[in-house]
Amino acid sequence: MYIHNRFENKTQFIQKLKELDYVLLFCILILGIVSVATMYSTDGGEVKFYTQSHLIKFIIFSSLMLVMAFFNIRLWFSLSYFAYFVLVLMLIWTINFGITVSGSQRWMNLYFINIQPSELMKIAIILCLAKYFHRMRLENVNSFYSVIISLIIIFIPMSLVIIQPDLGTSILISISGIIVLWFVGLNHKYFFYSFLISIVSFPFIISFLKPYQKLRILTFLDPDRDPLGAGYQIIQSKIAVGSGGILGKGFLKGTQSYLEFLPEKHTDFIFTLFSEEFGFVGSLFLLLLYAIIIYRIILIGSISRSYFAKIFCYSFGSAIFVYITINMFMVLGMLPIVGSPLPIMSYGGSSMLATMIGFGIVLSAKIHNQQSIA
Amino acid sequence: MNNFSDNITKLNSINRRMFIIAAAKVIIFGGIISRMFFLQVKQNDKYLTLSDKNRIREWKLAPVRGDFVDFFGNTIAGNFEAYELHVIPEEIEDFRYTIYRIKDLLNLSDDYFKKIVKKKNEIKPWETLVVSNNLSWEEFSKINNHLYDLNGVKPVISISREYPYKELFTHVIGYVSRANEDDISSNKTIKEKFVPELKIGKIGLEKTFEEKLIGTNSIERYEVNAYGRRINQLAFQKGDKGETIQLTIDTKIQEFTNQLLFEKAGSICVMDIYTGAIIAMNSSPSFDPNLFVFGINNEDWQLIRNNPMKPLVNKTLSGNYSPGSTIKPIVALSALENGIITPDFTVQCKGHKNPLELYGQTYHCWKKEGHGFVNLREGMKQSCDTYFYEVARRLGVDRLSETAKKFGLGKKVFKELFNNEKNGLVPNTEWKKNALGQSWVLGETIITGIGQGFIQTTPIQLCLMTAQIANGGYKIYPKLVANDNTQYEDKFIPLYKKSKNIKIIQDSMFSSTNEIRGTSYRSRIDDPKYQFAGKTGTAQVKRITAEERELDLKTSEIPYEQRDHALYVAFGPYKNPRYALSIVIEHGGSGGSVAAPLANKLFKMIVDRHEIRKSFETKKYMNI
Repeated sequence: MYIHNRFENKTQFIQKLKELDYVLLFCILILGIVSVATMYSTDGGEVKFYTQSHLIKFIIFSSLMLVMAFFNIRLWFSLSYFAYFVLVLMLIWTINFGITVSGSQRWMNLYFINIQPSELMKIAIILCLAKYFHRMRLENVNSFYSVIISLIIIFIPMSLVIIQPDLGTSILISISGIIVLWFVGLNHKYFFYSFLISIVSFPFIISFLKPYQKLRILTFLDPDRDPLGAGYQIIQSKIAVGSGGILGKGFLKGTQSYLEFLPEKHTDFIFTLFSEEFGFVGSLFLLLLYAIIIYRIILIGSISRSYFAKIFCYSFGSAIFVYITINMFMVLGMLPIVGSPLPIMSYGGSSMLATMIGFGIVLSAKIHNQQSIA
Repeated sequence: MNNFSDNITKLNSINRRMFIIAAAKVIIFGGIISRMFFLQVKQNDKYLTLSDKNRIREWKLAPVRGDFVDFFGNTIAGNFEAYELHVIPEEIEDFRYTIYRIKDLLNLSDDYFKKIVKKKNEIKPWETLVVSNNLSWEEFSKINNHLYDLNGVKPVISISREYPYKELFTHVIGYVSRANEDDISSNKTIKEKFVPELKIGKIGLEKTFEEKLIGTNSIERYEVNAYGRRINQLAFQKGDKGETIQLTIDTKIQEFTNQLLFEKAGSICVMDIYTGAIIAMNSSPSFDPNLFVFGINNEDWQLIRNNPMKPLVNKTLSGNYSPGSTIKPIVALSALENGIITPDFTVQCKGHKNPLELYGQTYHCWKKEGHGFVNLREGMKQSCDTYFYEVARRLGVDRLSETAKKFGLGKKVFKELFNNEKNGLVPNTEWKKNALGQSWVLGETIITGIGQGFIQTTPIQLCLMTAQIANGGYKIYPKLVANDNTQYEDKFIPLYKKSKNIKIIQDSMFSSTNEIRGTSYRSRIDDPKYQFAGKTGTAQVKRITAEERELDLKTSEIPYEQRDHALYVAFGPYKNPRYALSIVIEHGGSGGSVAAPLANKLFKMIVDRHEIRKSFETKKYMNI
């Protein structure tokens, strides 16, 4: 019996290994290599802190992703609410005892690692809402009760992050939540009306923004109004991208980056550096890589039997898309500057951890796509 | 069953919505791609330029200034290697230690030391701090010997202005000094070529020829980072040295004039009467222009400024003097030209007991005993004032001023060349009416006849006047720059009506120097090779009272400021004239006893060196 079990486990493992989505894995691996190479360039062509740290994080977190893939999707389903509540508690903790970096209290000290609960919340909120709507009948989705509950689920982490303050992440968290609401079938008119309301109330919202945020909006509208101050980042990042040309300046030859004209080049503006060195062709390649990843995630969602997995994959794929879009719009001067990292590419452990956890669950959904959840 | 159908509707709903989102994604990715295409492909040139503007910065270096050379090509204003001490603060481990070490080595004053420390705090740590820009060789080698514990200290050799003849040419070429804000805003060339510590001409020819002399900047092109730190050098573009300007001055003669003027206040200038070339032009006392190059210290400045002999005034060009008797050749010439007198016109000079009286005013001759009956030649020879009172009275000031102006008095000789040259003043009735609002009085005509009163001339004007009498009465244009070939339409036009009149004046001037009883007879040279003709002048600084006339004081008994100016104009060699000169000694006494003897010494040298200059010039042409 014991032997039989072991044998069964072993065949089951091999079976699962065969079921892995290797296209997705391959793309993630390539993206990881590209991101480490780009970090190497930000370090000025030497293996220094950022390269090392990014590489180590990528190895650890992609292993974590693989491990997660072999756990049954039901486990992730059952942990959804728990993860959400733990993260809400962590956010509350962060607000009171977090580490303050450049005026914002985002990090939580876990003794061996500093982590940003708000980044993880981007995934947890999808999990939580997916579970909430998993069993719900379609006609109940638009009931007053469920709409209110789901809005509260979104509102709690959003407000906790906004008071850190971290406008960018809180927007991304709420967008993740709204994406789920869209997929579970919330009436179109809600989206339409709230879109209308947000546009109408935009001037009103502006009055609540902090001075530096107002400045960012003004700067977005006219970067040249203060080229050495508020407009500096966006002007320099456009110069970096634009000067890259079709084929780029070549690996490790981005003058904007190694002469330190690019601000935040490790994190939010990593794409400008990549684009300067590899040009239009390189940027297209990177976009293609992301497109394939998103496509595979959605494909996995479409073959998943369980509604939970489907909601998660669709929402996660779309969320990744939104993160990429907002980041690129920002660095290409099509949106005001809000803090939003480029998944995997940007330096930042929490962001990478969250993305890898998402990939892990997606891979688990692929392996267990025939699994239904009661 | 119910559950199953619900599931199907749910799946339909989610897949439909996924499709909508997927379509939106494709459109948005398309948007990102087109934006990237716009930035990277269409506007690539624009951003590439901006990126280069970011990373490439140019540094201008001080241009190398052109030289001044004398007639023979000797450098009279050149460049020398200046020893500078630079410090780059960020390359020094312990700034305080190093800077105190430098202070000890160079014996810097506390004030200067504080200034340096203050300057250090104003600049960025990687910028160069100039601790000293003019070290002596001893200091420079001292620093070099101690370099082992002066990390980050850089001894630098740079180029700076030097005037090897010190005070000799100050009043001709002027001097350079650090450009100030006014210089930069008023001169476009300077603005264009400005670098910190740039030296520019402040006065004299250094200022006039600034544009030619300044040269072009060398340019260093560096790649810099966002903080302005130089990363590596991309290019070095060497600038050109400024033009070299050759003057007509003979340094040996200039040196000799300096000796003649030693401890005197005055001016000597020597001119070629045909070409107008200035052979020597000196104003005394002078000062060392090297003092100004790195900024003059207060002590030296006060010394120069408070000197009663006024070294800062260029007496040759901006000294307005009454010409005294040196005007008499012009008065006589004007009277002859206008047919007022003939050479035989005679006047009786009765001496101080019987002065000329006009409307209650008396006009004395300088000679107490009087000259008796004098004609033109005797009047010039002995410089009889009474004779010229009468000539001037008959001539009238308007006709006199016309001739005087024709011969170059009353207007700038060098036009725009010097900004400190004065016009002088040749008065006439119209001038007085316009300037003073009064009518001309006959008495003023009379004293104008002996070069007193309103009339004022500069030494260079007197020299030009003499030269134009000496060359037979033809107009010339004086020049200081050797290759100045400006064409003048009226050059060499006759200034006379009858050339015989010029001859008469020349002859009378000859008699004044070379015949017994002539005012400068004692300064004559009998050797025809050097023989010259001249006219003395003694310009009163103040009106002589009757008591003073009685006392007949010696020059040394009068206070310095009240002594007469001694003047002398001459040309020679008399048989074949080539050079004219004017000498003015401020408060020197009488022209005959003070100024004329200088001409005696000078003329020998001028004529001797004429051969040397001639052979040098032919050699120059033969080389071509």
